[in-house]
Amino acid sequence: MNATPSSDLETRLLTLAAARFGKAAGSLAPGDDIFETLGIDSIQAMEMLTEIETTFGVEIPDYELQGVTTFAGIAELVRRRLG
Amino acid sequence: MNAPFVGETLSYAHVGTTLEVTLHRSVPGATCNEIGEQTLRELEGLVAYLASGAGGARAVLFASSVPRGFCAGADLRALYEGMVARRGAGVPPVAEVRAFLDRIHAVFDALDTTPLTTVAAVHGVVFGGGFELALTCDVIVADKTARFCFPELRLGLVPGFGGIPRLARDVGNAVVRDLLFTGRSLNAQRAHQLGLVSQLVAPGEAGHVARKVAEQAARFDAATSAAGKAFAKPLPSEWLNREKDTFCALFTSPVVEAALHKFVTSTDARPYLP
Repeated sequence: MNATPSSDLETRLLTLAAARFGKAAGSLAPGDDIFETLGIDSIQAMEMLTEIETTFGVEIPDYELQGVTTFAGIAELVRRRLG
Repeated sequence: MNAPFVGETLSYAHVGTTLEVTLHRSVPGATCNEIGEQTLRELEGLVAYLASGAGGARAVLFASSVPRGFCAGADLRALYEGMVARRGAGVPPVAEVRAFLDRIHAVFDALDTTPLTTVAAVHGVVFGGGFELALTCDVIVADKTARFCFPELRLGLVPGFGGIPRLARDVGNAVVRDLLFTGRSLNAQRAHQLGLVSQLVAPGEAGHVARKVAEQAARFDAATSAAGKAFAKPLPSEWLNREKDTFCALFTSPVVEAALHKFVTSTDARPYLP
C-alpha cells in the first residue's frame, strides 16, 4: 500500500493519529487500515474524528466514513471539506 | 460531602448548594451508562428526592465518571433480550416497552420541570437516551471530546425518551431533522455554535465549570428562579405524547428486532458508525 504521504494534509493526519495512539512518528502510512494499524475500537475512532475535526476546522459526518478504512481516505474527506 | 444515595448505576451527593448526580454504570455489555431498568429505578428515586425538597439543594448537576462518556443511551442489549423473552412467553413486547417509556418520560419530564436549576456536564459519548437526558437540563456544559447523536433510525426507531421535542424546543427543528435523518454525530464545538451547548471547555473540565454554573444559579432567589424556569422552559407535552405513540408503533416492525439482533450479536469494531 501507499508508504509515503502524498500531501501535507496526509502527513499532518498521520502525525495526529500517531501522537494520539502512541505510535512512533513516521510509523504510519497513508494506505494503512486505521482500525487494524491502530488497534482501536469505534469509540476511539470517534474520539480521533473529533480531534481531526477540531484540528482541521472541518465537520465530517459519520456516514461519510462508511467504507473509508485508510488514512488516505480520511485525508481525502478532510480535503473536500477544506476546499 | 453528604451522600444521600449510592446506587448501582448512579449516585448523588450534596456539594454546597448543589446536588451532584454521578452516572457510573460500566459493566460488560454496557460500558457507558446505558439506561435500563436499574438506571430507571434509581432515576425514579432521584426524582422522588427532588420532589421531597432535595435536602435543600438549589441546583442539580449531572455528570458521568465513566471515561468513555456521559451516556450511550438505552440499554439495547436488555431491550433485545426482553423482546425475545416476552415473545417466548406470549406477551406482546410493545406493552412492556410502552410501560417503560411512560416511566422514563415521567422521570425526564420531572427533571425537565424541576424548579431547581439543572446542569449537565458532558464528555465523550452523548448518544440517544444519554443525549435526551442532557436535553432535560437547563444548561449543558461540554468538554471538547463530547459528541451528540440520535442513532435511533439505524434501529428502525425514533428517539423515545423525549429528545426530539426537547431539541426542537431548545435549538430548532432543522437541527432535529439533520441529526435524526442522517444519524450523524455532532462534535461539541458544532453543538456550541448551534446553541445546544452553553459552555465549551477543555477536556476533563466540564464538571468544574458546570459546578460554577450551579453555584451561580443558587445565588438568586429560589422562587424567582423557579418562576423564570416555568415561564422560559415550557414542557412540550403534546409532542412528547406523540413521540411515545410513534415509538411504540415503530417498535412492532420486524425491522427493529432484526436491527437489535444485529447490534447485540455484532463483533464489528465499529457498531457506533452508521
